[in-house]
Amino acid sequence: MAVSAEPGLLPEYVRRMPDGRYRGLNPVTRLALAAVAAIVAFGVRDWTGPVVVLGGVVLSGATAGVLRKMALFGLATIPLVASILLVNTFFYPNAHDIIARLGPLSPTWTGATAALQATLRVVAFGLSAALFALTTPMDDLLVELERRGLGRRGAFVVGSALGAIPRMAERAREVTDAQRARGLDTEGGPWRRFKGLVPLVGPVVLGALGEVEERTMALEARAFTAPGRPTLLRRLPDSNWQRAARWTLLTGSMGLAGASIAGLVRLP
Amino acid sequence: MSIRLALEGAGYRYAGAAEPALRNVSLQLLAGRVLGVVGPNESGKSTLCLVAAGLAPGVIGGRLDGSVRIDGQATTTMRPHEMAQRCGLLFENAATQLSHMTRTVFEEVSLGPCNLGMPPAEVVARVRWALGVVGIEALAGRDPTRLSGGQSQLVALASVLALRPGCLILDEPTSELDPGGTRLVALALARIARETGVAIMVVEHKTDVLAEIADEIVVMDRGAVAVAGPAATVLADPRLADLGVDAPARVRLERAVKASRLDWSAALAGALE
Repeated sequence: MAVSAEPGLLPEYVRRMPDGRYRGLNPVTRLALAAVAAIVAFGVRDWTGPVVVLGGVVLSGATAGVLRKMALFGLATIPLVASILLVNTFFYPNAHDIIARLGPLSPTWTGATAALQATLRVVAFGLSAALFALTTPMDDLLVELERRGLGRRGAFVVGSALGAIPRMAERAREVTDAQRARGLDTEGGPWRRFKGLVPLVGPVVLGALGEVEERTMALEARAFTAPGRPTLLRRLPDSNWQRAARWTLLTGSMGLAGASIAGLVRLP
Repeated sequence: MSIRLALEGAGYRYAGAAEPALRNVSLQLLAGRVLGVVGPNESGKSTLCLVAAGLAPGVIGGRLDGSVRIDGQATTTMRPHEMAQRCGLLFENAATQLSHMTRTVFEEVSLGPCNLGMPPAEVVARVRWALGVVGIEALAGRDPTRLSGGQSQLVALASVLALRPGCLILDEPTSELDPGGTRLVALALARIARETGVAIMVVEHKTDVLAEIADEIVVMDRGAVAVAGPAATVLADPRLADLGVDAPARVRLERAVKASRLDWSAALAGALE
């Protein structure tokens, strides 16, 4: 069991106790809810699964005050949603209940229904992922996962992989600016932009590799590989009912999805 | 004064390299003293830091000749986390030393003691001590990724100090800093050596900084020690220029005055009158 600091020992900016009904949930509970949303949205057949998930996610988003930001995240699903709608509505296999004939194309009711269902599933899943990302700081999640046995190495791999994205973007910007200053043309049409990318790849990748080596040594110099459980200063609120709810929801949703896929349960 | 770190005939060859990067280096780091290391590029300064801190060959491999002892114990017999508690190492690039796993400077500095599984009260006490010694208590609640270069370097320094090492090795800690940031770090180093008795070895191109804080200086050339001795003597050594090292501004000024046949002390006295 990892050791935690007494609440009064830490300054407020380190304790950072979350507030609000949804944000006050333990990060692992929020992670479990996101997993349940994915299982139900994709695993439960017909309309019930995605509609229930969508309703729950929107309600939780409103409670957490992130509904507007979630909508922006939801926009990212538009290309996928558009392709689902077009392909299913117009090219659904073995569907004959034609809505109308549009030249060579024949949209069908079956296809349109399947398209709407699939769209709901994708949007429900996308918004639940957005809700989780918008309400759960990565360090909170890592602290809780570490407390539950994820090794510091594992936490570092997850944390640094996520943190590497903005650093790589920043490095790419620096390399691009440096190359432009030496006359590299990275503007213009797609082909010219693609050609401009080639000389950037080497410095970005090699620079990142060099950085990894130095970071590894810097972490070693801070006893990163010391044996035994590390001390975790923060302890985020958790409770018996949350623990029970996590297991109940996860096992329940998996059972429901399994039964639905097997045809044992039929929901509207 | 006790010897914290001792290199005796130390040589080091990187894995796969044809030539050694370090040859027959002998030096001692004494408690509460600052040893400056200067030299041109590729002279072996950074390798010396890795070898002295035990990361080479302990972490990065390669072959070590001679001996490197921290508090009398050979680095080759210690594991990385044991060395971390005895000898702290700070790199040139402050950004790569941040863990990117923490949201406040306080937590960043606590990472080392937490890795060792210390009781929380001890961790908190060490963090507060390290922040105080470096003089950055005011940054404790800030995001470590949103600091200036000088501030980041001080946070990295506090992070290493929180392990309470007996000696501290710094590889060009001010190379990316402006004069203000350089002064911040230099003053912090001088204070740490004076107040905590930590032995410090600092690789630094800025000889003006070394003139202020170093007790002794070693000049490296092609992997070996070319000149060594008290800071004032070495920094005034005319061989420095041949070794690609700029003398401090004060020494250059003295030479310029001497070359112009002015009486330096009279000129100074005149200026002060």
